[in-house]
Amino acid sequence: MDAQKDTDGVRLTPEQLKSRRQRNIAIGLAVGFFVLLFYAVTIAKLGPGVVSRPM
Amino acid sequence: MSFVGESDSGVAGPAKISVASPGDYIALLKPRVMSLVIFTALTGLLLAPHPVHPIVGFAALLAIAVGAGASGALNMWYDADIDAIMRRTCKRPIPSGKVTGSEALGFGLTLSAFAVFTLGIVANWAAAALLAFTIFFYVVIYSMWLKRATPQNIVIGGAAGAFPPVVGYVAATGHLSVSSFVLFAIIFVWTPPHFWALALVRAADYGRAGIPMLPNVKGPNRTRLEILLYSLVLVPLGVAPYLLGFASPVYGVASVALGAVFLGLAVRVFLVRTGDKADQYAMALFGFSILYLFLLFAELLTERVITLFLGM
Repeated sequence: MDAQKDTDGVRLTPEQLKSRRQRNIAIGLAVGFFVLLFYAVTIAKLGPGVVSRPM
Repeated sequence: MSFVGESDSGVAGPAKISVASPGDYIALLKPRVMSLVIFTALTGLLLAPHPVHPIVGFAALLAIAVGAGASGALNMWYDADIDAIMRRTCKRPIPSGKVTGSEALGFGLTLSAFAVFTLGIVANWAAAALLAFTIFFYVVIYSMWLKRATPQNIVIGGAAGAFPPVVGYVAATGHLSVSSFVLFAIIFVWTPPHFWALALVRAADYGRAGIPMLPNVKGPNRTRLEILLYSLVLVPLGVAPYLLGFASPVYGVASVALGAVFLGLAVRVFLVRTGDKADQYAMALFGFSILYLFLLFAELLTERVITLFLGM
């Protein structure tokens, strides 16, 4: 049954594979960029006293 | 999410898998409009009496830009039917079949929520609320309601384009000020003569799409008169930053000179009503109106940057 599903499944054309790969890379870069941005904003907002605050 | 052709029509057919590139999604964000939003929002941000941290300012600006892009995607989702008819817009990602309407809707809603949330976190929630209102105003009030309902569509809808410098200012300060209202007013009053100059030339295109632009509803002569009247209000408004003391005499002189050219072009559009010259003069006003707004804001921006660098 599973084997039949595999053979009947959707096969992507090279163009579809290429565009999906491009979209995935774009999403990955955007997420990475925003992780770095949020980190930088956090440090900027906390300021230089971030490591010397009272517990 | 990648199946094109069956989700929007509701008819089951052979699955067509998306070949949309990242560039198609970027096109949904209307990058040219986005660049104008970044420019005007940056001016508002830097007009704040106390400068914001550069990283916080950059993140706030990015959130405003993403919010503007998201509203562009939602506008393209809603206007896909008329975009397909008009020459200027028929190659956009949805009418050209590269992205489905539901994909654009999901993309726009997700980015809207992300932009508002991010601006709230990095700047303040007043700015975030204003950005949310701007997106709502552009998508619901302008795109869904006014655009197809009244020839005053771009007059009232112009407020959406005028909000970014106010959002930028509020992001930096947490409150409103006279200077941010003046920037709002300049863009708000600039919008009708800018769009109506184009609509005079593209009236047939708008007519085919059933959009009630002023030249189609009230006629070209009434449009020419209203362009002139709005220009008469715009020119003194353009000088207001100098008169109210938040721009230098250099800006004052520049805004008077630019305003005189704007008014001259508007008078020419009003007087020359037939023939190729009429279209040519309308397009000249349309082109100059972009330069006019750009130069006014560039001058304000440059003055503020110089002031900040000199620590004045």
